[in-house]
Amino acid sequence: MYVKELFKEMNKIGIGSLGIVILISIFLGMVTTLQTAYQLVVAWIPPSVIGEIIVETSMLELAPTITGLVLAGRVGSSLASELGTMRVKEQIDALDVMGVNSAAFLVFPKILGSIIVIPMLVVVATFLMILSGAFIGNSAGIVPYNDFVEGAIDIFKVKVFVLSMAKAYTFAFMISSISCYQGYFSEGGATGVGKSSTRAVVWSCVLILFSDYLIAQLFL
Amino acid sequence: MIELQGLRKSFDGKEVLKGIDAKFQPGKINMIIGSSGSGKTVTLKCMVGLFEPEAGDILYAGKSVVGLHIKQKKKIRQEIGMLFQSAALFDSMTVAENVAFPLRMFTSKSEAEIKERVQFCLHRVELDKAGEKLPSEISGGMQKRVGIARAIALDIKYLYCDEPNSGLDPVTSLVIDHLIKEITQEFNITTVVNTHDMNSIFEVGDNVLYLYQGRKLWEGHPEEIMTADVPELKDFIFASPLIRNAYQQQLKNQ
Repeated sequence: MYVKELFKEMNKIGIGSLGIVILISIFLGMVTTLQTAYQLVVAWIPPSVIGEIIVETSMLELAPTITGLVLAGRVGSSLASELGTMRVKEQIDALDVMGVNSAAFLVFPKILGSIIVIPMLVVVATFLMILSGAFIGNSAGIVPYNDFVEGAIDIFKVKVFVLSMAKAYTFAFMISSISCYQGYFSEGGATGVGKSSTRAVVWSCVLILFSDYLIAQLFL
Repeated sequence: MIELQGLRKSFDGKEVLKGIDAKFQPGKINMIIGSSGSGKTVTLKCMVGLFEPEAGDILYAGKSVVGLHIKQKKKIRQEIGMLFQSAALFDSMTVAENVAFPLRMFTSKSEAEIKERVQFCLHRVELDKAGEKLPSEISGGMQKRVGIARAIALDIKYLYCDEPNSGLDPVTSLVIDHLIKEITQEFNITTVVNTHDMNSIFEVGDNVLYLYQGRKLWEGHPEEIMTADVPELKDFIFASPLIRNAYQQQLKNQ
């Protein structure tokens, strides 16, 4: 039952959020490329620098943080309202009366599922940001594919990828644990569930930004 | 048999249960009645282990269940079935999956055995064809019947019903009441029902416990309730003009 629940959650969080992550990543990659090119007006800077900037910015900041913030809204509110509704509709009490450890049964698959799936979404987001950046750079005549790839290969460091993943795992844990806590301890009917969802999203966003700063400060 | 001894419980310094003593017999429907805020639901939640009482004891077949380790509690909880006021079915599961849930969690039965047991339970509550439906696709009365089917999926010894008739029309209420009665007698389980519904008390109640402001004020058989010399109980029963008029008519006829 626990394994089945885990796969259900992974599917809900991962597949359910894939669309919005793809959409945001593609546009963010294209916009970042255009704006970087706009800012780099000096002629002696080689176009491959744009590739370097897009790759590093996407891996280090944009993909984990923006994906984290989007998922805080999409996944956080969903987890909190699902558990909150279960609480007010006595479904959690029903599990407890049956002798099921409701916290373990409901919360554990959600947290573990998030920790497995959200970093995967961050990898997808990073890849799409770089790809869409390269595409628009080439299409708009800003930076040819060859130069973009050259810059990307030059700048790629394993440390940056590890840091990106560290952020992704941290954000995944924060989003899921805060949201599950808020939902599980909801009270006060429909209004209470609404408040729990709002608190889940707000606290997740605040802590994502704070831990983003902390990780950058500690490891860069 | 379930026994309550001096049960006390308070929230934020406000005492909700002020020492309740009671005995609930097997094979019988034991009704707990009282106005809103009298402590009925808190009593029930203490009995099923959702609240831990501050003082007093709860005995299941002579054994105390207060302060037990979580593993020992788990064992007793598997002998308990509960029908919640809102039915508390799991929204994401079909009716059949809801009934199968305790079997999948606590037994090592094969899928075929689980399917057979689910069919038996659904047949018992006359919902043979609703197995594949979601809880949101069936009526309130049907949801209550699925709640009963889920409660009896395991071989339970105790059945708790928290206001089983709330939100139901009188005819469906009667169906639910009789179903609870039949199941209680068929499986010889100890049933405790929390209710406001006077019809249920007279229709299926075997023993009635009246709570008032966290205290037990009266206990007896349903037929004695009209003549009980407890002013608070009289106010509670005769609050309904229908019952008041019916009783006065009965007295006139006598």
